[in-house]
Amino acid sequence: MELSAGTVRRVNGPLVEVDGLTGVAMLDVVHLGPERIAAEVVGLAGERATLQAYEYTGGLRPGHQVEATGDRLSGLFGPGLLGQAFDGLLRPLSGAPVWLTPDREVGAGDRAWQFEARVSVGDEVVPGTVLAVVPEAGPVEHRVVAPAGVRGRVTWVADGPVTVTEPALRVDDRDVALAERWPLRVPRPFRERLSQVVPLHTGQRVLDLLYPIARGAAAAVPGGFGTGKTLLLQQIAKWSEADVVVYVGCGERGNEMAEVLTELALVPDERTGGRLVDRTVIIANTSNMPMMAREASIHSGIAVAEYFRDMGYDVVVIADSTSRWAEALREFANRTGDLPAEEGYPATLASELAAFYERAGRVVTLGGRTASTTVIGAVSPPGGDMTEPVTTGTQRFIRSLWLLDRDLAYARHYPAVSWNGSFARDADAVGAWHAARGDPAWRSRRATTTALLAEADRLASLAEVIGTSSLPAHERVVLLAGRLLRDAVLQQNALSGNDASCTAAKGAALLGGVLDVVDACQRLVARGVAATTVEETDLADLVRVREEVGPGDAEGVAQRCAEVLARLEELA
Amino acid sequence: MTAQTARIGFGDVRELRGPLLVVGDVDGVGWDEFATIDLPDGSVRHGLVLEVDGDLAVLQVLEGTDAISPGGVWVRFSGRPLQVRVGPDWYGRVCNGRGEPLDGGPPIAGEPRPVAGWPLNPTRREPPREAVLTGVSVLDTLTTLVRGQKLPIFSVPGMPHLTLATQIAARATTAGEGFRVVFAGMGLTHADIAYVRDRLEERSAAGELVLLLNAADDPVIERVLTPRIALTVAEHLAFERGDDVLVVMSDMTSYAEAVREVAAARREIPARRGYPGYLYSDLAGLYERCGRIQGRPGSVTVVPVLTMPAGDITHPVPDLTGYITEGQVVLAPEVAARGVYPPVDVLSSLSRLMRSGAGPGRTRDDHLPVAAQVLAALARARQAAELGELVGVSALSETDRAYLAFRETVERDLFAQGTDEGRELADSLDRAWAALDVLPRRELTMLPAAMVAEHLGSP
Ligand SMILES: Nc1ncnc2c1ncn2[C@@H]1O[C@H](COP(=O)(O)OP(=O)(O)OP(=O)(O)O)[C@@H](O)[C@H]1O
Ligand SMILES: [Mg+2]
Repeated sequence: MELSAGTVRRVNGPLVEVDGLTGVAMLDVVHLGPERIAAEVVGLAGERATLQAYEYTGGLRPGHQVEATGDRLSGLFGPGLLGQAFDGLLRPLSGAPVWLTPDREVGAGDRAWQFEARVSVGDEVVPGTVLAVVPEAGPVEHRVVAPAGVRGRVTWVADGPVTVTEPALRVDDRDVALAERWPLRVPRPFRERLSQVVPLHTGQRVLDLLYPIARGAAAAVPGGFGTGKTLLLQQIAKWSEADVVVYVGCGERGNEMAEVLTELALVPDERTGGRLVDRTVIIANTSNMPMMAREASIHSGIAVAEYFRDMGYDVVVIADSTSRWAEALREFANRTGDLPAEEGYPATLASELAAFYERAGRVVTLGGRTASTTVIGAVSPPGGDMTEPVTTGTQRFIRSLWLLDRDLAYARHYPAVSWNGSFARDADAVGAWHAARGDPAWRSRRATTTALLAEADRLASLAEVIGTSSLPAHERVVLLAGRLLRDAVLQQNALSGNDASCTAAKGAALLGGVLDVVDACQRLVARGVAATTVEETDLADLVRVREEVGPGDAEGVAQRCAEVLARLEELA
Repeated sequence: MTAQTARIGFGDVRELRGPLLVVGDVDGVGWDEFATIDLPDGSVRHGLVLEVDGDLAVLQVLEGTDAISPGGVWVRFSGRPLQVRVGPDWYGRVCNGRGEPLDGGPPIAGEPRPVAGWPLNPTRREPPREAVLTGVSVLDTLTTLVRGQKLPIFSVPGMPHLTLATQIAARATTAGEGFRVVFAGMGLTHADIAYVRDRLEERSAAGELVLLLNAADDPVIERVLTPRIALTVAEHLAFERGDDVLVVMSDMTSYAEAVREVAAARREIPARRGYPGYLYSDLAGLYERCGRIQGRPGSVTVVPVLTMPAGDITHPVPDLTGYITEGQVVLAPEVAARGVYPPVDVLSSLSRLMRSGAGPGRTRDDHLPVAAQVLAALARARQAAELGELVGVSALSETDRAYLAFRETVERDLFAQGTDEGRELADSLDRAWAALDVLPRRELTMLPAAMVAEHLGSP
């Protein structure tokens, strides 16, 4: 059927109803009114189409023209993504004007890129073959991969710089450019999913030691306001072992986005020799930007991640916050008059969440490389209520849950990851991985630690009733152990020069050392040393060591622990 | 509010429901247009288009629909969204919640700007960096406000939040310079309004104050507009004139109730406690208008004040506010009961931007570690106090008793302060050190050993 033009009939914020649009399909993009606002078709009934508009619709009125484009909501994926910021529809923000009005012009990018072909005329290529690399794209090697469906012999290679949309090579008689257009909501194809577990080192001890995440898995961080979701996610963006990070600010603060950009630009990336910002793509749809673009931003983020995954990279996608995305879904569903399920959320909430988290995975790409997309989403439960629909729905689709606890945060214990409710479904497999790599004690340290923390909590509530002094000495040492584990190991100040991130070796030394000190204290009280004497021993040196030695200084930690142990021996 | 050149008018009022007016047989009316409504008695009201459907337009009437009957009403649409005139003429003026003068002066002149504003490109923001010193010890030491931040005060009715807000507005300086103040009052009692005007007298006399006042007995729906006008005026003064502007908005709970009233009249599906699901985005559209812009002087710093119904911090208004703002200052009746003004519950309070506004090169080298240590010690003191209540203070360990003594000292010597008193930051930090001296040295684990030795001497 011919693509047609229609006319606006009803406008209710981002919900627009249009008459006379024929030949359009669900999820097609159309343009509304004189400002040609982008909108997506979300409902069709006869000649009436329901649209979700991606910009402010002020001034749009019945009778205004509507034009179908025949395209899906899509983005241009190519060199120039890394180190830059984009809005929810993947339009560049870096370089856009100060005030984001709907009529702003978005250029296709006329920069010409020098590229190095990795294939020559006559070579056979299949989807996933690396056709070229683009050195100017930054320290992360930008590989131009043959898109799905491109198969045949290379017949021509351009010999000068090209813009991202100009032909760079030809495969049989098909032009291939440096950039590829891809629909945001459609997962990119890969060869197969891998199931063996390889941990992603995050640099945050509480995660790496207690609640690890595997590459290609999904994790969620639920927590009330101010409990530290954003800071934890930013730490992961900075310090995790990923090749590429996609940071999606979804309905959150503008200042945070500005800060991420500024800070990442300051930190060198030891892996590539560039700066951290050069391995990062930022998608910013802040809370005051149009609500429906917020809904799209999550899909944009994961599509960018899959694009880099297909180059063979381990990619981490961070979404802060998925609750704002779910709210955008709810807002729109309510306007269309859909029957709400829980708390006004549409009945499709669970399937929408699944569609997002299921795009995580460790795979063999079409080109035969092992690569991954790890998805980490913040969840902002209203009133900190962990039984609300987005939190409970999310838990079904993730492997690791990092639950942030308001009491810990109020006591300034950061990261406020609770040992009471957080989980890591892959912990056993991660333990096996560590064992295979020379740290067989990883698993037992974890088990001892979680047991001690739980026991210390139980005893602390008991002590509230009967008083600490009524507890037997070995239980008082457990209380001390709980404090030491929290203060000396689990706390990690994001601002600290030495301790913002922590290597596996330092983490192991710290936890091992503290557990040794706890054992020593238990031996002392067993030998009759008064619990009070042990409690009042100055262990500040042990608590401070994480801050006082460098992020990889396992030696320094071990030495300090040995000194503390020696001092304890003197008490005997 | 600007005088609008009226286009064509329509008189076919189909329905009146709560604050809503539905007019039929309209043509060429766009979404979010501003309209003037002429009543048969010659009076005028104002409305905003919430929906257009074919030839129907649904308006919210800012002054409410009281006493309107469908006949003889004439609705004139302006062809554009609601605008307000911005400019330095605002300084020294007192207006109602719709921006119309209450002080007998002429209407405010200047360029018209849409009150909804436009989103600020996040990549053009300058991350806030400079500390704002308020002279209030507990804030400056533990929850430092930063130029361009949004930091709300969470309170409960009957607490001195307006005293604190006006104390900040009157005394705050950044890099030694004072702020221009835009105060938006929503649903305030006349007594509160008089109090605010009195406390800000000096700023007003210096022509550095803008007052927008919607009183408790003024039209409720008008409150939807008041903060938007305040912020539109402030944005212009800050980003186009280069002023440092502090916007105080009180009481945001009254504002949210007005939003809820409109939503209920539209029979929208509520999210929590009857508030619409878009309340988060609505509030964010206000609070996010603070900040700084790269390469421009000037800043908008926002201090919203809200009362938590029944003191419940999980109520949607404080909860959603907390999810948007960069921290919160919580006032607690328990602290007030101990005779401390300002009664800040420091453990639930937080300035998220403090880490970039305080510390070496910004305030004092010891500022951040001292604040961290004071807070950690107060967290421990709270546990000790709870334990002490159950088992008796004498059953507590010596260490726990030291923590209780610390809390008493810090509340008395650092937190408590006069309602007009201003303290230098150096003085405040020294008081914090003096309080920390009450604790055994081995407890000061958040402070580098060398720093402890420098400030407290060797043990
Ligand atoms: N690891 C950390 N180190 C130091 N401070 C931290 C850490 N985590 C959190 N904080 C403190 O807590 C504050 C709030 O953290 P954050 O902004 O991450 O909260 P959030 O959970 O994202 O809140 P919201 O839902 O409102 O966005 C930070 O500004 C910082 O002061
Ligand atoms: Mg956050």
